[in-house]
Amino acid sequence: MIELINVRKVFSQGKPNEFVAVHGVSLSIDSNKVTVLKGPSGSGKTTLLSLIGCMARPTSGRIKLLDREITSLPERFLTEIRRKTFGFIFQQFNLIKGITALENVMLPAYPLGEGYASLKTRAMHLLDLFNISQKAHSKVEWLSGGEAQRITMVRALINNPSVIIADEPTAHLDTKLSREFMEIVERLKDDKKSVLIASHDPIVYESGGVDRVVNVRDGRIVES
Amino acid sequence: MRSWIERQKNVIEFTLSSLLRRKGKNAALIFVYTVVVFMLASVVFFTHSIKKEASMILKDAPEMVIQRMVAGRHELIPVSYADKIKTIRGVSSVKGRFWGYYYDPIVGANYTLMVPEDDQLTPGTIAIGEGISRTRLAFEGDTIEFRAYDGAIIHLEIKKMLSSKSELVSSDLVLISEGDFRKLFGTSRGYATDLTLKVKNTRELPTIAVKIAELLPDTRQIMRDEILRTYDAVFNWRGGIMIVILLGAMLAFIIFAWDKASGLSSEERREIGILKAIGWETSDVILMKFWEGMVISLSSFLSGVLLAYVHVFLASSVLFEPVLKGWAILYPKFRIIPFVDASQIAALFFLTVIPYTVATIIPSWRAATVDPDTVMRG
Repeated sequence: MIELINVRKVFSQGKPNEFVAVHGVSLSIDSNKVTVLKGPSGSGKTTLLSLIGCMARPTSGRIKLLDREITSLPERFLTEIRRKTFGFIFQQFNLIKGITALENVMLPAYPLGEGYASLKTRAMHLLDLFNISQKAHSKVEWLSGGEAQRITMVRALINNPSVIIADEPTAHLDTKLSREFMEIVERLKDDKKSVLIASHDPIVYESGGVDRVVNVRDGRIVES
Repeated sequence: MRSWIERQKNVIEFTLSSLLRRKGKNAALIFVYTVVVFMLASVVFFTHSIKKEASMILKDAPEMVIQRMVAGRHELIPVSYADKIKTIRGVSSVKGRFWGYYYDPIVGANYTLMVPEDDQLTPGTIAIGEGISRTRLAFEGDTIEFRAYDGAIIHLEIKKMLSSKSELVSSDLVLISEGDFRKLFGTSRGYATDLTLKVKNTRELPTIAVKIAELLPDTRQIMRDEILRTYDAVFNWRGGIMIVILLGAMLAFIIFAWDKASGLSSEERREIGILKAIGWETSDVILMKFWEGMVISLSSFLSGVLLAYVHVFLASSVLFEPVLKGWAILYPKFRIIPFVDASQIAALFFLTVIPYTVATIIPSWRAATVDPDTVMRG
């Protein structure tokens, strides 16, 4: 489904603080599978997720999505792909404070022009599926870590993407909540979603629902 | 089309809740912005209306006034000059005018005394403006004492009050009969304060003025248009006190807009990053910021303009009164005729709403063109 061919990413290229985050990685990620990028902090996992999720462009190499080369697409098309294909779960949750959980969930769909009422119904339905609808009208800053995590997951799903990208999703969760998270991931797989997770948490990469673990170190794939 | 409308509605929905999240900051912004618009609009309304009022008053003024000058100062003019002027071709009538100032030591104020050209008052009676009435607590039927040039006391009965419609000029005005005027100031028969002139064809005015200057070299000719030009010079957008006040207000606005343009808080940048990361396009972010700017600037603009209207036309321009109404002690209770036209509102709109909206969008556009990747890194 997603294919990286000799992808390299350099930050601050040509400057004294130049840093190579990804060294010529080639990788293919299958549909309807849970893939985990495993590795220590600073190994390049987050950069790989950004490149796959069209949030950043590689310095060199190619990325293909469903056999379509996306590396050189203009920003507008990349955004279009990003919002239709990918749903993101960030390490820091990245919820917008001061507005309700429901509004946060609806945010990715606002620019798509769906009617507010039908969008709200859809969002409430998803919140219900994740057993968090009782918090729909709470401001996100008042949510616990687990609740915020679930809101982020619902937000990632609002545009019905085919790929869920999660960066260190259990970093702020305790063991129980981390296991709950992995149960939800399995449900997503059952719903024919592809899930790509970057994590160095054993609860994640040792989970039975994970199909493939890719080891990343120093910007290179060590083994998979 | 429907999808486009829904998109706008959704983005506006989010914009409004965003604005409510920063209630304190946005209230402060709206307050400062409203004050700036209020200042600008007050100046514009005031000057425009005062000019309009002046032109309405001067509409009935004589086309030309002839004054005698001695040692560079205005002196009484012999009425016989009128006969000489009448000989000039194109002049239809010349009349003597009587006016002067009277200092009232009781209230420490100056009155303007004038003999009306038509509708002569009967000797012993006067008509007074509302400013004098308020200061002296004198009303129709009351008598006011005047001390003549020779020390004699003259009692004059108030026959009528002058209409408050034209209070700009009538507040300190006393209309008096010619006989009483002469008694009060000791003006000899055969002299007037100045002469007023009417012509058959107004296009001939400059030529007639030149001829008068040649015929009577100790006179000066003042044309109605010159008085209007003086008003323009003082109260126009580009002149006099107005330019000082306008520049001050504009400077305040530029500093305010610049501060807005140069500063997006780290929280705002982070939010733009999140929006981009979850699938908003740069154009969606700009649309949101556009609506945010519009909500703030339009509400400030409307409240500023409304407050300025109340200030200028209902509250007698209390803030400008000491600066703009001259040296008189008898400040008119100033109620200018409300005169607002679309071009004034449009000019104010383009001077305030447009620059602010642009100032709001530019930093957001700069932030929105950054890779959303940054948000992944916290």
